[in-house]
Amino acid sequence: MSKNIFLYSAILIFGLIAPFVFPAFKVQLSILCVLIVLATTWNIQGGEMGYNTFGNILFYGLGMYLCASVQVGMFFPLAEWTESGGEKTFVHTPAQFFQGMAVGLVVAAVVPTIVAGLIGYAILGLRGHYFAICTLGLGVAAGEISGGIEIIGAGQGFTTPPFPEVGGLEARGEFFYFLSFGALILTFVAVRAIYSTRFRLILNAIRDNEDKAEAMGIETMKYKIIGWMVSAFFCGLAGGIMGGLVGYIDSTDVAFDGREMGVFMVLMAILGGKGTLWGPVIGATVFHIFKEGFWTFFLGWQYVALGVLIVVIVIYFPEGIMGWLREKYPEKFGEVIDEKDRKAQVELK
Amino acid sequence: MDFMVFQYPMITVQACLDGLLLGILFALIAYGMALQWGVMNIINIAQGDLVILGGYIAYFMYLYGIHPAWGVIVSPIIMYFIGVGIYKLVINKVVDRDLFISILATFGISILFMQLMNFAFGADVVLANSGYGTTMLFDNNVTLPNSKIFSAVISIVFAIGLVIYMKKSKLGRAIRATAQNSRAAKILGVDTEKVYAATFGINAALCGVAGALISITFTIHPYMGLPYTIRSFMIVIVAGLGNLPGVAMSGMGLGVFEEFADYILGTEFRIGAVFLLLVLILVYRRFKLSRKREYLK
Repeated sequence: MSKNIFLYSAILIFGLIAPFVFPAFKVQLSILCVLIVLATTWNIQGGEMGYNTFGNILFYGLGMYLCASVQVGMFFPLAEWTESGGEKTFVHTPAQFFQGMAVGLVVAAVVPTIVAGLIGYAILGLRGHYFAICTLGLGVAAGEISGGIEIIGAGQGFTTPPFPEVGGLEARGEFFYFLSFGALILTFVAVRAIYSTRFRLILNAIRDNEDKAEAMGIETMKYKIIGWMVSAFFCGLAGGIMGGLVGYIDSTDVAFDGREMGVFMVLMAILGGKGTLWGPVIGATVFHIFKEGFWTFFLGWQYVALGVLIVVIVIYFPEGIMGWLREKYPEKFGEVIDEKDRKAQVELK
Repeated sequence: MDFMVFQYPMITVQACLDGLLLGILFALIAYGMALQWGVMNIINIAQGDLVILGGYIAYFMYLYGIHPAWGVIVSPIIMYFIGVGIYKLVINKVVDRDLFISILATFGISILFMQLMNFAFGADVVLANSGYGTTMLFDNNVTLPNSKIFSAVISIVFAIGLVIYMKKSKLGRAIRATAQNSRAAKILGVDTEKVYAATFGINAALCGVAGALISITFTIHPYMGLPYTIRSFMIVIVAGLGNLPGVAMSGMGLGVFEEFADYILGTEFRIGAVFLLLVLILVYRRFKLSRKREYLK
């Protein structure tokens, strides 16, 4: 336990000083935090519950639009704001900006949770690939429909309020970094707390055999919906932060971007290792470093690289980094292995 | 919102005809989807991208001065080999695995194809002009491009040809045997690996035909693939696996639905309506099935 405390405090301290040590990477670090949040929440569905969803992007995009809309709509007429596009006819004062952001983030987290609860009963009754395709359809439909709604900018996009200068101090990067880092800490602590309860065992039971779990007297539907609501809460929060960070919301390219973010979260969780607490964190970090490090070499070829990456990871590396480590060092994961048995198995192979 | 549809009956007739002809094309793609789903238990997200690739083959023939209708012959031949290639490289490694793995792997292929086509052919919306002219019906109130009639006829010919092939030929019988029970088929001497490759190739060839027809009748664009996948998936689950008349019927039904959604909601919501319909159908199916389960109790 004491080892873990050192690890956690080291990460916390690194997180707190990182924007000052590496000022050039502030935005990248903030995006990393958001990616970790998304991968961790996807893991609740895909890893622990066995419901592989492409639809968490729905909550992410919803949160993004809601946060920006609330932030603008609290003080200015929303329709005129979006109509004016990037023109800064309305300027938020610092107080208005932070108030709007705070309320917006709350809305961005709460409304997707409610939406998840409402549609959960219908959608989570689907099994396996039906669920996967249904959620894929949901994400794309949301993108297409939001691209046709005038008040949130339709096809031309939605510019989020620019960060106000407080006394000539440019602190936009730090603000969004600490916001996303805070969201990351919140998510990690919450998910860790959830995983240490009976709830995780119930989710795992659903993953391993849902009918049997139901026969054992677990109200599977209730827990599935709660699990999805937890995911939706943090996805919405991450979306709201990401909207402010990017500064521009487009329906299919930023918010409901099933081709990028929607796949990224699945890929990161699988890369790190499904069904583990640390897997998505490691996966997101490795993926983000790889993406930022090599994307520039593939200029224009990013999606080709992404497609190849998906195929390679899925085919050759489905257990992920954590799964590989577990295979290699089972003792570290608290698994007691009979040495004779292990040798016999190795010989069999 | 535009309720012209209900005030002018001719628009209704137009939408129905357009939808039926479009739906036959969808049914052809869905037939390929049903084939590989039934035989290999794989849902191919890249289905729509194969369609678009087939369309680009016909478009290129058009660019080089060959009549694009020949694409109906050339495109399936090229696509067959592309399909077999994809099978050998990727699909044979995911056939026996979890369904989600195959969905994700084909999603990767889909992204790859999308972008490669974007590089190779540019991001413009293109169509291959067949120069077939149009037919006017009902006192010139309903216009019907001859290319649409041509595409519907060709699709029906290919579908019937494939059904006969599956019934009569040796490979067709091997495919059906593998679909019923792959282990038993293997014991009886069917090379299932070869059957899988052929199935995927035939599916790709069907996509090639459909794509060539789409490039003649409608337009193609590198990023337009996913909606075709979703449509064929929807048609297959509505019809049920192995129900070919059902596939044709639900394909045409979907075509008509789309045309009406286009008229009533507006073109910008057309794709959104398709995807929402998919969600609604799946949810409806879930409640129907859960009611059945309650009877069993």
